[in-house]
Amino acid sequence: MLRALHKYAGLLATVLILILALSGTALSIIPAWEKLQTPVQSESDLNVAELAARIAANYPAVEQIKRAPSSRITAYYFAGGEPGSVLIDPATGKGIANYEPSPTVQWLTSLHRSLLLDDAGRLTAAAGALAMLALSISGLFLLARRMGGWRQFFARTRGPLAGRLHVEIGRFSAAGLILASSTAVFMALNTFEVLPQENTTPPFPTEVSGEMGVSPNAIPVLAEIPVSQLRELTFPYANDPSDVFTIRTDHGEGYIDQGTGELLAWQAPGSWQQLNETIYMLHTGRGAWALGLVLGLMVAGAPVLIFSGAILWWAARRSRPRLPRGAAPSKADTVILVGSEGGSTWGFAGTTQTALMAAGHSVHVAPMSRFTPAKYTQAKQIIVLAATYGDGTAPASAKGFLERLAALETPPSARLAVLGFGDSQFPAYCAFAREVVRQASENGWELLVPFASVNRQSPQDFASWGRTLGLALGHKLELAHEPAQPRTHRLTLVSRRDYGQEVQAPTSILRFAIPRTSLIARLGGRSWRQFEAGDLLGVLPKGSNVARLYSLASGSRDGFIEICVKKHAHGLCSSQLTDLAVGDTIEAFQRPNPHFRPANSQKPVILIGAGTGVGPLVGFARANTRQRPMHLYFGIRHTKSDLFYGEELPKWKDEGRLSAVNIACSRVDERTYVQDLLRRDAAMIGDLIEEGAQILVCGGREMAAGVAGALQDILAPRGLCPAQLKGQGRYAEDVY
Amino acid sequence: MNSLLKALVLTTAIVFPGAAMAKSVTLTTEMKNYRGPGAYLVMYVTDANGTYQGTLWMAGSKSKYYKHLPGWFRATGGDLAQVSGITGASVGAGRSLQLSFDLSDALFDAGYNLHIDSSVEDGRDIANEIVVPLTSANAGNPVSGRRYVESFIFQ
Repeated sequence: MLRALHKYAGLLATVLILILALSGTALSIIPAWEKLQTPVQSESDLNVAELAARIAANYPAVEQIKRAPSSRITAYYFAGGEPGSVLIDPATGKGIANYEPSPTVQWLTSLHRSLLLDDAGRLTAAAGALAMLALSISGLFLLARRMGGWRQFFARTRGPLAGRLHVEIGRFSAAGLILASSTAVFMALNTFEVLPQENTTPPFPTEVSGEMGVSPNAIPVLAEIPVSQLRELTFPYANDPSDVFTIRTDHGEGYIDQGTGELLAWQAPGSWQQLNETIYMLHTGRGAWALGLVLGLMVAGAPVLIFSGAILWWAARRSRPRLPRGAAPSKADTVILVGSEGGSTWGFAGTTQTALMAAGHSVHVAPMSRFTPAKYTQAKQIIVLAATYGDGTAPASAKGFLERLAALETPPSARLAVLGFGDSQFPAYCAFAREVVRQASENGWELLVPFASVNRQSPQDFASWGRTLGLALGHKLELAHEPAQPRTHRLTLVSRRDYGQEVQAPTSILRFAIPRTSLIARLGGRSWRQFEAGDLLGVLPKGSNVARLYSLASGSRDGFIEICVKKHAHGLCSSQLTDLAVGDTIEAFQRPNPHFRPANSQKPVILIGAGTGVGPLVGFARANTRQRPMHLYFGIRHTKSDLFYGEELPKWKDEGRLSAVNIACSRVDERTYVQDLLRRDAAMIGDLIEEGAQILVCGGREMAAGVAGALQDILAPRGLCPAQLKGQGRYAEDVY
Repeated sequence: MNSLLKALVLTTAIVFPGAAMAKSVTLTTEMKNYRGPGAYLVMYVTDANGTYQGTLWMAGSKSKYYKHLPGWFRATGGDLAQVSGITGASVGAGRSLQLSFDLSDALFDAGYNLHIDSSVEDGRDIANEIVVPLTSANAGNPVSGRRYVESFIFQ
């Protein structure tokens, strides 16, 4: 509901909000600009009587004196049959310059509040403001949900650029947008007289003295009003004895007899009027120029939000595949239930469904929220594909699933397979899917295959689960799913270094040339983009359309693409890669991995890796020209065999790109692992982390678990833990 | 006098039944090309003593701005009943407003004055932008306004 509101309000109001936000931002500068243009009033005790007398001396035909909240004073006069208006220097009462309202400002104002279309435009603009208000508030709630609660509201954001931008700008702009749009709605309701109207004008005096000619500086009432409170003083019409002086100040409005100088009537504004004025001030910044500037800056975020939001919407829409026509729930032998928040899990469901149908199954696909086991009369297996939202809550399309499952008296006879989707960098990795498994086992529901998870939409994880599922179903099942299959480029191998033959772990450092792309391709966004060490290289091996991801050991500034590949006995892709000769080519694409790289600061970095996992870590060291403290912990088998980058590491240490190189060998008499070295250096590591060091771990799952255990022990006495660091984005893992 | 007030308030296209004669009068107001949004204009009639008799037309739909038409507002105290059914849109800069009324003959050459007050946002509020005696001699003679009205003519 919240998401739908946010989405549709955003799409409908896109253009409207762009116009309102851009014109509003431009207008927000005006109060500050006016303030700059206005001469500073040096006499703080100047009163209205004196000011009016000074002006009247210079402009005998003065009709009206106005003071803007910016303290700008304007006099309107009528001389020689021509009206005039002039900006006044209060010190002398003389004109500084003729006053003409700026046509640009008038045009912008009119565009901002009525789209240059009068009342119909005002209503449209008000609708735009209402949409902005709905977007801001629903956005805040969605954001809190995404961050895992209001307490984490300002936590670090992760994910692709458009999403991060949307969150960062949203957090910055939300308060301003809510203030601007709610005051706008109030003002519109007031303009259309939906809100009660209050008469602020005192009744006109029924009798006046009939005399004329009192000078303003002989009027005691005016002498009591400091200029800072003045809004408007209107002189009586020339030669009209029935007319009066009209005075309006911050504190009310009144009439003064032009013969006797007596105050004839006075009315103070009611509280409603004061509220109106405050809201006007908050919205326009008139009388609060600094607030106006801040508000303008916040509102300037709205176009960014609109564009990043549109990109997010479009990406989610594109990643949602057209599912093949499935079977009815009562006819299907296989039911696939999807719990998806952003839509990407549906893609995996589509691939699963297509493959299963090709293998002869009749398949029914539905969101988890429509879980109705009573209808699945023919079902042999129920497959649950579940993402997780925020801190482990059910994603949008799985609402109510757990409750319905818990309420089942007997579990369905069809067996269950659960596959979780998530990002292992988040503390609540696949938490919802795990909860589904826990609840199912509590209900005594029999599992078809063990629980598995797909990390960051990894095609390998998914394909591997597919093989397991196929085994359980008794037929081959290849699930080739690459979300939004990227365009590949042809990369040519320029050099290779080989290691590890002696320890039965043949490994190669492969270096490819950065592909050249034509100008046309670059303009069309199809070029080989900039990349950094730690980003991923997706390689499509011949004979398969499942891409394998490798961490990059170089950035584009190095001028080459480098990966570290260990040959696996039956690995299709790793065999092809390690068999490449210089000059051979591969098909590959890149995928950004912004979570896994040193944060932008000079704080120390602890790099921990084993085997080929050292690849991105040496990439970080290679790029560390600013000699930021980087401590490398590198696990290998034997220094004589698989010390990758053995030539560069000492050199980089001398150049200060690495502060320390610690090597753990597991195939020597005194076998050590990286976690042993961490424990050895516990005191120093603890100190570094307290200084704000960031930890980057790359390698196999076992090693990562060992490292996490060691860090847990090191940090516990200091009242810290790895999960906490992960939450702050200071502990990132790239694990395979 | 009471009958006259009625005639004024009933205004458009209604021939006052008691009056011997009524004639169709066209009022044309040309606005100056002042810079700014649409102007509020109000047309009203006073007798020879300057006493308010009634309103012919209010150009401007939001009653909260009527207090910026000073002469009319003082005369009527902002009484909305005076303009009920006889309001229209505000008049933009450079535009013209043409109105036709069937007005009683009794209004002419009897010392009555037609007034127009005007107001533009962020500008000066003008009472008596136009004051023109309703005489047969004045019919067809353009009068220029004090600030926002280029010319006014009735015939």
